[in-house]
Amino acid sequence: MLGNLINQGRIKSPWVVHFDCGSCNGCDIEVLACLTPLYDIERFGILNIGNPKHADVLLVTGTVNQRNKHVLKNIYDQMPTPKAVIAIGACGCSGGVFREAYNVVGGVDKVIPVDVYVPGCPARPEAIIDGVVAALEKVKKLLGMTA
Amino acid sequence: MTKILLAVLALVAAPILGALITGVDRRITAWLQSRYGPPILQPLYDVLKLLGKQPMLVNTWQALCAYVYLVGAALSVVLLFTGSDLLLIFFVLTIGAVFLVMGALASPSPYSQIGGQRELLQMLAYEPLLILVFASIAMLTGSFKVSAVFELSRPMLYDLPLMFIVLGYALTIKLRKSPFDISASAHAHQELVRGVYTEYSGPYLAMIEIAHWYEVILVLGICALFWSTSFVGMIVLVALTYLAEIIVDNVTARLTWRVMLKSAVGMGLVLTVVNMLWLYAQ
Repeated sequence: MLGNLINQGRIKSPWVVHFDCGSCNGCDIEVLACLTPLYDIERFGILNIGNPKHADVLLVTGTVNQRNKHVLKNIYDQMPTPKAVIAIGACGCSGGVFREAYNVVGGVDKVIPVDVYVPGCPARPEAIIDGVVAALEKVKKLLGMTA
Repeated sequence: MTKILLAVLALVAAPILGALITGVDRRITAWLQSRYGPPILQPLYDVLKLLGKQPMLVNTWQALCAYVYLVGAALSVVLLFTGSDLLLIFFVLTIGAVFLVMGALASPSPYSQIGGQRELLQMLAYEPLLILVFASIAMLTGSFKVSAVFELSRPMLYDLPLMFIVLGYALTIKLRKSPFDISASAHAHQELVRGVYTEYSGPYLAMIEIAHWYEVILVLGICALFWSTSFVGMIVLVALTYLAEIIVDNVTARLTWRVMLKSAVGMGLVLTVVNMLWLYAQ
């Protein structure tokens, strides 16, 4: 029974930490727009947390390059399981227009496993919220919850 | 027998009530910021989720510190509900709070270190205030026992109105609400990450959150003592106090620790002296 309650808590309280991996700030502004009264993600229990140790969902924007891939890996490793990763924007998903650049590794999935891809340049706040909801659906299936 | 029942009630009901109060707090805060806000049960969901997360420790000290903080907070609520000694409640509460800081200082993370130092300063600000309030209650009732307050024929608020303001000040500092959210803040100002909570994670953070609910109930319980003659009066007084607290939290900006320390101790002493003079002049 306690397990069921904990699973319900997991679905209803995803805390997100946002990492700018080398984005142009377009997607970052859209991520922060989700916190504004217009979108108010706190009504789904989503909180923007500055600390990977407290977070459940990692939002990554921008391309991964040779310098910051270690930082990205480090942040991912600091998050306690269960956790999910959402790649935001064209750059986060695949490297975007920078994918051919000599210093660019590519999308976020080259370094850490990604659960949900949110495309767009920049991704709209609605799409980002939709991405978090899609990640929760994935978690639900993983936990064997039907409802 | 009634004491055991009261103790069990305190242990079980206090955290649930604390969670609901925190949930209502988040809802009203959202409403004041023209947002919709999370469900009332959101703090419970948060803690359940944290309990199910993988335990990650920087060192074993932190686990001990989280446990002692939880036990200290729970025990002080039990002592309050069973009508024990105010000074004993104060000491037990302090031991818990000191362990929270020790756990934060046990890790070399700069956020946690600064949060720990600031939490010590907050304790330095609210503890004299609480002692002044408890001493005034003792001067009025002639005893440090909580049960002595319930033998008064009229509410303490008539005799100690200024001490209630002092207690409100201590409440804001203890609950780390704006303008005194110096060591850790629940909202989106992230320059300290989560301050004193930064290095606690997963189930240990859940324990600290539960301990915080106990503390909310403890401080509101002490507020309720000021209208000890009727149950409805207690509820109304506590509700009005907490509503004022939420509004102050939303309309003020964060102050520096120097302003906090000076204003808390200075104002606390002046109000206490005035209140005592008035009490004896009557």
